[in-house]
Amino acid sequence: MGMTITEKILARHAGLDNVEPGQLINAKLDVVLGNDITAPVAIREFEKLGMDQVFDKKRVVLVPDHFIPNKDIQSAEQALAMRTFAKKHGIVNYFEVGRMGIEHCLLPEAGLVLPGDLIIGADSHTCTYGALGAFATGVGSTDMAAAMATGEAWFKVPETIKFVYHGKLKPWVGGKDLILHTIGDIGVDGARYMAMEFTGEAIDDLSVEGRLTMANMAIEAGGKNGIIAPDHKTLDYVKKRAKRDYQVLASDPDAKYAKVIEYDVSELEPVVSFPHLPENTRPISEVGNITIDQVVIGSCTNGRIEDLRVAAKLLKGHKVHNEIRAIVIPGTQEIYRQAMTEGLVDIFIEAEAVVSTPTCGPCLGGYMGILAKGERCVSTTNRNFVGRMGHPESEVYLSGPAVAAASAVLGRIASPEEVL
Amino acid sequence: MEFTGRTWKFGSDVDTDAIIPARYLNTSEPAELAKHCMEDADETFYDKVKTGDIIVAGKNFGCGSSREHAPIAIKAAGLSCVIAFSFARIFYRNAINIGLPIFECEEAAKDIAEGDKVKVDADSGKIVNLTTGKEYQAVPFPEFMQKLIDAGGLMKYVAKEAKQRA
Repeated sequence: MGMTITEKILARHAGLDNVEPGQLINAKLDVVLGNDITAPVAIREFEKLGMDQVFDKKRVVLVPDHFIPNKDIQSAEQALAMRTFAKKHGIVNYFEVGRMGIEHCLLPEAGLVLPGDLIIGADSHTCTYGALGAFATGVGSTDMAAAMATGEAWFKVPETIKFVYHGKLKPWVGGKDLILHTIGDIGVDGARYMAMEFTGEAIDDLSVEGRLTMANMAIEAGGKNGIIAPDHKTLDYVKKRAKRDYQVLASDPDAKYAKVIEYDVSELEPVVSFPHLPENTRPISEVGNITIDQVVIGSCTNGRIEDLRVAAKLLKGHKVHNEIRAIVIPGTQEIYRQAMTEGLVDIFIEAEAVVSTPTCGPCLGGYMGILAKGERCVSTTNRNFVGRMGHPESEVYLSGPAVAAASAVLGRIASPEEVL
Repeated sequence: MEFTGRTWKFGSDVDTDAIIPARYLNTSEPAELAKHCMEDADETFYDKVKTGDIIVAGKNFGCGSSREHAPIAIKAAGLSCVIAFSFARIFYRNAINIGLPIFECEEAAKDIAEGDKVKVDADSGKIVNLTTGKEYQAVPFPEFMQKLIDAGGLMKYVAKEAKQRA
């Protein structure tokens, strides 16, 4: 019987011809990732094992990005623990401030994650890399520790839900709107333990950036991984970046799916997720009058150059509303430079938004844009849980960069159409 | 192993930001994390909870971030185990890896009320509500996961395997 792309990747890495959903396998890993929050715990566990080296110095990737540049003394200590470990073990892909970026923007850009790979990361948004046709999933620090030691991890082969998106997207509607719409439909546990395979005309039309945004939020539906089979756009993207071989795979026509969900997205409007779950979605036309205090444009979900271009298009010639703050965070140093070259940073500064060095900072309520009690923020990030961006009585509304930029101008949650 | 304790009840989709807010993730010290366990769901939780107490929750417990600090905080706060209708995938994996006992049981998660006294037999997955006398059976773990649990978590299992290979 045929296999899905997820099953094929898992089977290859387990040295098996076939795998079936529910099967427990032990598989070899191409990349093991950690950050300044999760790696210190993993390092502690790794050191308890008493091993003198990691399984592969090139395949352990360490990115200080969450509370980096160091937000306080304790964060500095955690960063130091990771830096010391990286030095001791000769970790090739440790990215210091100045070279680092938000991990899930950085790894695809640096060509470290490739089609057909099996990747685990001690960060839930590791599922982002599925957009390149890899199997990538988030794990905890102990799994990361064991994987750094053995280069392997155990997996339960997930069932797959196939999503088919028919039709052409309207202007200002992108990958973020597609994935929020999907989470709104199936709920935050709608794909619990399952693979989410994204297909259809609207996915073919998305850029690689838009696809990374979609796969990034598979976890917000409880998914184990999100995945999109590579096409010519994927290959154009990875060809110039890859420094090793990769495998271009696709699901067989007779692959078995737990469910097939089809959407006609030709009339889809920009989507906003209301507090306090990503599944609380509304089309922009049904949002009503909601005033805001802050806008954040960035993160591993929407901190890529395409996102900044969308935001700049709307902010150009406008000012950020005088009662709100707008914070723009390019995902990596390369994205930052590209944004400068294209004149986007100028547009943001002219509009009186701030432009920050890459960091996860505000997304998880770390720093660089914490909300006070009762404040509201429109954010291109991925979670709007209670207290996610600051005070437990603050509110986060999730959207794509177009709605976020339009909202920054008007000081309330707004449609891009209202600004242009 | 057997656990007996008072229960603390939570709803569905309790996320890891509620279990341990990210603003406290500038440390990974269990005792520090414990002080902020469930803080954004119940501000006084840590002060009220006693060693051996049990969390009972709805669907998708532990959704969101991969932070292992979440099960670590629960364990370090003295809770003996978590019973839920269902668990989010990464939390489930993390709990097993660090040796926080978890039990998936739809009926128990629905029936048990806050403050009930509950006894759990970790080996058989039998849950008894001592307040009402009602009994439940948790979903058994797959064989491999039971091995991890029996070994005392993933790292102990990996160490054991490495020793056997050598």
